[in-house]
Amino acid sequence: MSNYLLALRPFEFFFMQYKRVWRGTAITSVVTPIVYLLALGVGLGVFVDRSADLPDGISYLEFVAPGLMAATAMQLATFESSWPVLSAIKWDRQYHAMLATPLRVRDVLLGHQSFVAARLLVTSTVYLVVITAFGAVESPLGILAIPVAALVGLSFSAPIAAWAAHTQTEVSFVAIFRFVILPMFLFSGTFFPITSLPAPLELIAYLTPLWHGVTLCRELTLGEVELWSGLLHLGYLLAFTAVGLALARMTYRRRLVV
Amino acid sequence: MADQNGNPLIRARNLVKRFGELVAVDAIDFDLQRGEAFGFLGPNGAGKTSTMRMIGCVSPVTDGTLSVFGLDPARDGAKIRARLGVVPQQDTLDMDLTVRENIIIYGRYFGLSRKQLGIRADELLEFVELTERANDKVEPLSGGMKRRLTIARSLINDPEVMLLDEPTTGLDPQARHVVWDRLYRLKRQGVTLLLTTHYMDEAEQLCDRLVVMDKGKIVAEGSPRELIGRYSTREVVELRFDDSRPDDFGYWTEGLVSRVESLPDRVLLYTDDGDAASHGLHERGLVPESVLVRRSTLEDVFLHLTGRTLIE
Ligand SMILES: Nc1ncnc2c1ncn2[C@@H]1O[C@H](COP(=O)(O)OP(=O)(O)OP(=O)(O)O)[C@@H](O)[C@H]1O
Ligand SMILES: [Mg+2]
Repeated sequence: MSNYLLALRPFEFFFMQYKRVWRGTAITSVVTPIVYLLALGVGLGVFVDRSADLPDGISYLEFVAPGLMAATAMQLATFESSWPVLSAIKWDRQYHAMLATPLRVRDVLLGHQSFVAARLLVTSTVYLVVITAFGAVESPLGILAIPVAALVGLSFSAPIAAWAAHTQTEVSFVAIFRFVILPMFLFSGTFFPITSLPAPLELIAYLTPLWHGVTLCRELTLGEVELWSGLLHLGYLLAFTAVGLALARMTYRRRLVV
Repeated sequence: MADQNGNPLIRARNLVKRFGELVAVDAIDFDLQRGEAFGFLGPNGAGKTSTMRMIGCVSPVTDGTLSVFGLDPARDGAKIRARLGVVPQQDTLDMDLTVRENIIIYGRYFGLSRKQLGIRADELLEFVELTERANDKVEPLSGGMKRRLTIARSLINDPEVMLLDEPTTGLDPQARHVVWDRLYRLKRQGVTLLLTTHYMDEAEQLCDRLVVMDKGKIVAEGSPRELIGRYSTREVVELRFDDSRPDDFGYWTEGLVSRVESLPDRVLLYTDDGDAASHGLHERGLVPESVLVRRSTLEDVFLHLTGRTLIE
């Protein structure tokens, strides 16, 4: 147990650093869902609802809001585990400061990822409050969408941190955003059911952690979750996170212990 | 003085560090006793940092044995690091936190309580004369201030040994003297100092004992005085020439000096009596542009041992 407690020390560092910028991020995390919901749920939603072929007669707002919540967690997590990780290794070198003390590589990795997890929980909570205010949440089970969205984030941040500790320059981060995160954002069931995709793309969409996260969040806010499929989605996200963490532990070691 | 078991504080035998094919540290031996100030002197790439990082338990030993406080870095790295104060060659300060916050968070890494740390941080800031800047961000501080902050930070856990990797490189002479003064005070308080430097004056000022490193190997060991006595003469005559530099110094200096080093910009004559030698040259009709007689330094020791100057 005390083994894991050491990760609280790097966590505290990232929290201290965050305290200097929290106001900006707090505003962003409130304003982002409002803008998206106004444009998509309310604006676009009027058109979509007229053509009305969403399952079970739900409104487009109810359809898109939980998806956006999961997708936002993905974006935040990807950002938090790319530049900040490389910086802590290479530019500002804060990891090296930590490793000169009794802290070990795994404390540094877990501490940083716990901080990302905390950010995800807070941001997802704000998101849920906003979409509830818009009337997009049908069921009290929706509250479980908070940890699920955070887990979606971790299923991205862990493998991305693994990559960031491996790569020498930040150029790949922009490519990851453009060619991995953005397509996932658009095609993993956030804005429309993936059954509308051509068959090969639909298959790929099933494999993305985002689709599992979007689907589970949506089932939760609509109150239509089924135990077994729900556990499957959860298991898929946990597996991604676990594999990501194992990879990160490897690349962190290789990079930091030379 | 040694520890309870009669062993030195740090002991290295056949210590090797390789990076792939490259041998950065090539089978070195040394012992460090408690209370000593011990230096690694050497040019770029000599293997000083590689050695310090192995001692600091942040870089695994490739071969040979290393013990720190009688412990094995591979097994007890965390325990060892808890008792060290590290000033790395490259700063690892957080630019966005304040000076004081940098010290406090570092103390937190050691598991010290915030309450203790508040008091201790203020004392340390006082010690390195940064009290006025306590609540400023680190980013705009001068190089010398950042270095002092790194030193203050490394003292937060009351270390038994400080590992200082080029503590004053890049500082102006005044800033260097401030750092030297602080290190000297720590030494008097009983802190063991292990430092690397390119500067012979720094080594002479601070070190009781030092090793000269070159290309991963230790080429000499002793106190600054001993090394100068062993590898150099008491005095050196430095000659500079305009364009009329003669090539055959053996002929001109025959019988006057014990050794000649010819460098691109000057010629060094090693002798125990510099005035007599320069006088003799003058009588033989050699007229350089300038003549300087000075005492031998570690720079001369290094030149003798490796045929190269310390700072290229
Ligand atoms: N992480 C690394 N990977 C590969 N080679 C390295 C690494 N670190 C150091 N080296 C090499 O090991 C050799 C010794 O380097 P080291 O940094 O120990 O020298 P140094 O004496 O500290 O030099 P300087 O005075 O420039 O700081 C150099 O040739 C260097 O290029
Ligand atoms: Mg070095």
